[in-house]
Amino acid sequence: MKALAAAMLLFCAAFAGRPAAVDDAAITGEGLPTKLSDYGFFTDLAGEVPAARVIAYDLETPLFSDYAAKHRYLYVPAGLKARYAEDAAFDLPVGSAIIKTFGYRQAGKFKPLETRLLLRRARGWVALPYVWNTEGTDALLKRAGTRIPVEFTDPAGKPRSISYAVPNQNQCKDCHALSGAIAPIGVKARYLNHKGQLEKLLAAGMLDRLPADAPHIARWDDPPAKLEDRARAYLEINCAHCHNPAGAASNSGLFLDWRRNDPTALGIRKRPVAAGRGSGGREFAIQPGDPDASILIYRMESVDPGIAMPELGRATVHAEGVKLLREWIESMPRR
Amino acid sequence: MPRYWTLAALFAASPAAAQTVTVEPGPDAQERLQTALIEAKPGSIVRIGAGRFDLTDGLSLDVDRVTVRGAGPDKTVLSFKGQLGAGEGLLVTSDDVVLRDFAVEDSKGDGIKSKGADRIVYKHIRVEWTGGPKETNGAYGVYPVSSTTILIDGVEVKGASDAGIYVGQSEQIVVRNSKVSGNVAGIEIENSRHADVFHNLATGNTGGILVFDMPSLPKMGGGEVRVFENKVIDNNQANFAPKGNIVATVPAGTGVLIMANDNVHVFRNDLSGNATANVMITAYRQSYDDAKFKPVPTRIMVSGNRHGRAGYAPGFPGGAQLAAALGGMIPPVLWDGSGDANSLRVSDGVPVLSMGLKQGAPLDTAQPAPVELKGAQAPMPTAVVLPAAMEAAAK
Repeated sequence: MKALAAAMLLFCAAFAGRPAAVDDAAITGEGLPTKLSDYGFFTDLAGEVPAARVIAYDLETPLFSDYAAKHRYLYVPAGLKARYAEDAAFDLPVGSAIIKTFGYRQAGKFKPLETRLLLRRARGWVALPYVWNTEGTDALLKRAGTRIPVEFTDPAGKPRSISYAVPNQNQCKDCHALSGAIAPIGVKARYLNHKGQLEKLLAAGMLDRLPADAPHIARWDDPPAKLEDRARAYLEINCAHCHNPAGAASNSGLFLDWRRNDPTALGIRKRPVAAGRGSGGREFAIQPGDPDASILIYRMESVDPGIAMPELGRATVHAEGVKLLREWIESMPRR
Repeated sequence: MPRYWTLAALFAASPAAAQTVTVEPGPDAQERLQTALIEAKPGSIVRIGAGRFDLTDGLSLDVDRVTVRGAGPDKTVLSFKGQLGAGEGLLVTSDDVVLRDFAVEDSKGDGIKSKGADRIVYKHIRVEWTGGPKETNGAYGVYPVSSTTILIDGVEVKGASDAGIYVGQSEQIVVRNSKVSGNVAGIEIENSRHADVFHNLATGNTGGILVFDMPSLPKMGGGEVRVFENKVIDNNQANFAPKGNIVATVPAGTGVLIMANDNVHVFRNDLSGNATANVMITAYRQSYDDAKFKPVPTRIMVSGNRHGRAGYAPGFPGGAQLAAALGGMIPPVLWDGSGDANSLRVSDGVPVLSMGLKQGAPLDTAQPAPVELKGAQAPMPTAVVLPAAMEAAAK
């Protein structure tokens, strides 16, 4: 039955004169396709049926974005492979694409709001935001971003009503830039190394190799894991793409990548620079043992644009994430 | 629907490599302005028409060699009163950008930030928090950081809860002909090298002009700074910076403050009406954990400044008693006493007061006493010379 449905889809696609496979030229060309469907990442876009070599994945610890659900896909063109890297993002060949759809479950069904694309072109990565139409049939390029009123119920059962921000094209770069060039964040061994995902990519011929000792980052909401590992994983995915020496927040001197050991760079009794009213009358990014005296918590608990961290993509407070970091700071010996 | 088709047709008809695009106020200003900034090509001019633009999100520019030009700092107003997201009003992350002739008002965070944006020109820009000095105002008015070659010319900033004009972790900086008032710090040069700050008016701030160096940052070792021919007058605004920030420690009534820098020359300024001191020279006095950081000021040269009344209401604990003991006024130049007196030189013909503090010691251990600072003359930093294209863009 399923095979028949797939065959029907292929037939329909062919009948409509549209390729069933991904349109490699749309990824690598100089143009900016106006519709998400122009790429052919899905044989059925609304039904999320991926085309060949478009593989779904998720991250062990994901970035928080206003409780949105995210559906992620990686595409690597036929005959090419991503090059495994121990610590950095995988080196994806020209023609690759990372597809991430944001949405919320409404009336038991996933309703997509926007799809962000990272396209690997010859000159480097290009980031493009696509906004879904209300019918949920396709998404249109919206380089300037937009705002969408959204209502949803958070994991604690609380109804929320927010102005959801689709970032503009430049804002993609705020997070996705290393030394000024756009780079993927999630496609790293440590995030993908769970549920056999790396093995799957290898088996699909999309990854060149897979060492037995690939690193793994803690799951932020996995209580058996060490508190510190979970907190550091949370900081890494939510903060470290900016807060690293090559990132947008490099001037802060606050560096939150997962393997950093210098306590001051991690914020421990580190005074703020350029925090403005983000300091909230507190003296240190992290005051060990005292979350209420820590700027980090103050900024996570705010949704005021002049205070909130991260600066983009957050109109709600991530109560569960704040709780984790509060526990971590509380666990540090006071000094 | 037909309206949209007309618009689309218009866009299609315009030449692909249009060098000037104009954005007028009106509905969808956010999207139209942001689209223009994204679609700008190197060499393009984005003109912003006269009027008020009500914006809901920060704007950003990431294309090299773009000029963003309004109709005048009082005519083209980008208002961020209703801002819902982003940490600043306008963010620039590309090189050779010229920003001129417009205003940014009431941004929730910083006014205009440029990071890693070399050879940027800020000309006739106004950044203002229209409700006057308030702790809830954004931190910095104009905020170039981590950049090389910066010109800030004819800029006006009012109400910043940190610094009106703040240049951080940068090199080759000119700040001139600008007016800063009602900010915590008027002009602040932080962790930067080779800066010329001249022909500015700093008045009504907590501190007028600050030259700082801070620890634990990617770029430290600030110095080679000239502060000259400025008017630094009546900077007695009560400090309204949020605690934790370094400027929250600046006493109201501070004219020019030099902290933990090397080879800073302060000369031919008009300094008056600053209730704590016209000039203050100090070490970084907070605890820090950074072996590479040099907390004491070295080679600070103060000469030829004209001093009006100052030091009549020193804004630090015990200041009033000290002033009373000294006949109602402390000297207009104040040194915290940390560091090597032989590398500090004050030749303004006015008395200097040392607080007699050891590096890092609390203020209640002060042993105030008159001091003469007659250290060796340090070479004047060479004038910052900007590329001709930057000077031309600022005409």
